[in-house]
Amino acid sequence: KIELVQIDGLVLMKLIKHCHEAERSGSLFVQGALLGLVSESRLEVTHCFPFMALGDDSQDDDEFQLTMLRRLRQMNIDHQQVGWYQSSQFANFLSLTLLESQFSYQTSIEESICLVFDTAKTAQGFVSLKAYRLTGETLKLVKEGDYSADNVKENNISYESLLTEVPIVIKNSYLMNALLLELQEQLPLQVGGSQFLDLGTSGTLETQLRVMMDSLDELNSECLKFNKHQQIVLKQIQEKNKYIQKRAQENKQRIDRKEDPLPAEDLNKLFKPIPPPSRMNPLILSGTIQNTSEEVSEFCSQSMAKLFITEPLQAAKASAASSSQ
Amino acid sequence: MFGTVNLTVKVHPVVLFTIADSYERRPEGGNRVIGTLVGNVDKQCVEVTNCFCIPHKEHEDKVEADIAYAQEMFELNKKVAPHETIVGWFATGNEITSHSALIHDYYARETKDPIHLTLDTTLSTGRVNMKAYVFVPIGVPRATSGSMVTPVKVQMTASEPEIAGLDLLHKTKHSKTRLVEPVPELTKIADAADKMENMLDIVIKYVESVLAGREEPDSTVGRALVNLVQSVPKMDPVKFEAMLNSNLRDLLMVIYLSSLTKTQLQLNEKLSMVSVNNIREMSKFLQIE
Repeated sequence: KIELVQIDGLVLMKLIKHCHEAERSGSLFVQGALLGLVSESRLEVTHCFPFMALGDDSQDDDEFQLTMLRRLRQMNIDHQQVGWYQSSQFANFLSLTLLESQFSYQTSIEESICLVFDTAKTAQGFVSLKAYRLTGETLKLVKEGDYSADNVKENNISYESLLTEVPIVIKNSYLMNALLLELQEQLPLQVGGSQFLDLGTSGTLETQLRVMMDSLDELNSECLKFNKHQQIVLKQIQEKNKYIQKRAQENKQRIDRKEDPLPAEDLNKLFKPIPPPSRMNPLILSGTIQNTSEEVSEFCSQSMAKLFITEPLQAAKASAASSSQ
Repeated sequence: MFGTVNLTVKVHPVVLFTIADSYERRPEGGNRVIGTLVGNVDKQCVEVTNCFCIPHKEHEDKVEADIAYAQEMFELNKKVAPHETIVGWFATGNEITSHSALIHDYYARETKDPIHLTLDTTLSTGRVNMKAYVFVPIGVPRATSGSMVTPVKVQMTASEPEIAGLDLLHKTKHSKTRLVEPVPELTKIADAADKMENMLDIVIKYVESVLAGREEPDSTVGRALVNLVQSVPKMDPVKFEAMLNSNLRDLLMVIYLSSLTKTQLQLNEKLSMVSVNNIREMSKFLQIE
C-alpha cells in the first residue's frame, strides 16, 4: 500500500527537460521509466530516464531499457523500476493504453505508480505533477478484460474510481540545497520566471473548452449507442416472452387435442444474443471530462485572482494621475 | 593575455543537479567524479543541456576511465535526444590536475574543441563554484607544444518551465525535512502577491529614507523606479472597470459550466447503471417463466 510518493528534485528537472524538449520537437506524448526504491508505505523515486519514441521496434525498446538499467547500476544509481511517467496536455492522459500499461506494471511490481506530467500547465508556469495507481477494482476489470456494462456494475466501478491519486512530496539533499542557493544568485533576471502571472486567459480557455466539448460529444454518442442497445435488448426480451407464451399456449392446445407437445427449442438460436457495447470508452471519456473540468475551474480561479491583483494597481495609478492634475 | 577565447558557455540547471547527484553516489574512496557533457554548439555559444557520469579511477600517474561506457551512454542518449552532441566533460572539485589534461585529450578526439566544466561540490570555498575552461594550444611551433587552460565565461540559463520547476524546488531550502509538496495554482499566485508586497515595502522604505536625507540618491535606482511606475498601463478607469467585470463574468460562467458538467457526469453514470439493473431484472423475470 503506497501512501506517499517522494520524488528527488533531480527527477523533476529531468522530467521537465525531457517532456518540454519533446513537445518542442512535436511529439505530444512521451514516456519514460522511474527508478527508485520502496520503503514501507513510501515510494522514493530517485532517478528517471526517457524511453525511445514509440516506434515500430519494441525489441529495440527492451534492449534500450536493459542496457540503460545496467549502465546506471554501475554508477550506484538505483536500478529498480518503480513506475513510469507520461506527459500530457491539460489532463488528457486517460486512455485504455494507459490503464493497460499501468496494469502490466502493477502486476509485475506491486508498488508501481504512473506519474503524469502536464506540459501545458508547466509552460504556463505551474508545475503539475500527479501520481496515479489503479484501484483494486480496476485491476480486476482489466485482468478479466470484460468491459461490458454488467461486469462494470458487478465490480461497482465508476469513472471516479478508475485511478487513485497518491500525494507527492519533492525532496532535495543538502548538497542540492546549497546548489539551489548558488543557482538563485546566478540565474539572470532576464531569463524569466513570471510566466505564471500572465493575464491572458482566452487562448488556454478556448483550447480546454474545445477539448471538453469534443469529449462531451463523444460521450453523448456513446450514451446513445448504449441506450439503443438497451432498447434492442428490451425488445428482444419481450419477443422472447411472447414466443414462450405462444409456445405454452400451443402446447396446451395440443395436449387438449391429445397430441404430442412441440419440442422445446433453444431460445438462443432463435433470438441471437446481442453483444453489449464496451463500457470502457464511456468510463474513460467521463474520467477525462471530469479531469478537464477540474483543470478549467482551477485555471479560472487563479485567473480571477490575478485580475483582482491588477485592480488596486490601476486604482493607485488613477488616483496618482488625478492627484497630480 | 593573448588570444582570449570569445566563447560563452550556457549551462542548464539539470546538468548541475545531475553532477551533484553523481557526486553523492560516487564509489567509496573516490574523490571526484567525471562525466560527459552533451548539448549544442552555436557560433560563440556552447549550450550544455544534459550530462552523464562515467566510472573512472585515478592513480598516481594514470587515469582509468571506462570509455566503452561513455560511448554506450552517448549512443543511448542519442536515441532519445538525437540533436545533442558531445560538447565537453565535467569534473567535480575545484582544481585542474594533470589527470585533467589526459582526460581532455580523450574528449578532444571525440569532438572539436571540448569545454571543461568544474563544479565545486566539495564546497572548499563555502560556495558551489562553477567554472568552465577551454584548452588552448600554445607553444613554439615545431617544438614543445602544450595546452593552456583558459577560463571562459559561464552562465546559467533556463527555459520558462525549468524556472517554474526551480521555483518549486527552492522551497525545500526553508523546510527542515527538505520536503515540499507541489503547490496548487491559487497558492502560487497568493505567494507571488506576498512577494510583490514585500518587494514594494523595501522599495518604499528606500524612497522614504532618500527623501528624509538618510541615504544617498542613486540615479540608476531612480530611473528603474520611474520605469516601474510607468509600466502599469494607463487606462481610463471606466473602461478598465468594464474590462475587469466582463473578464470576471466570463471566468465565473466557465466555472459554473464545468461544475454543471461534473454533476451531469455523475447523473449519467448513475442512470446507465440503473438501466443495466432494469434489464437484468427483466431477463431474470424471463428465466423464471
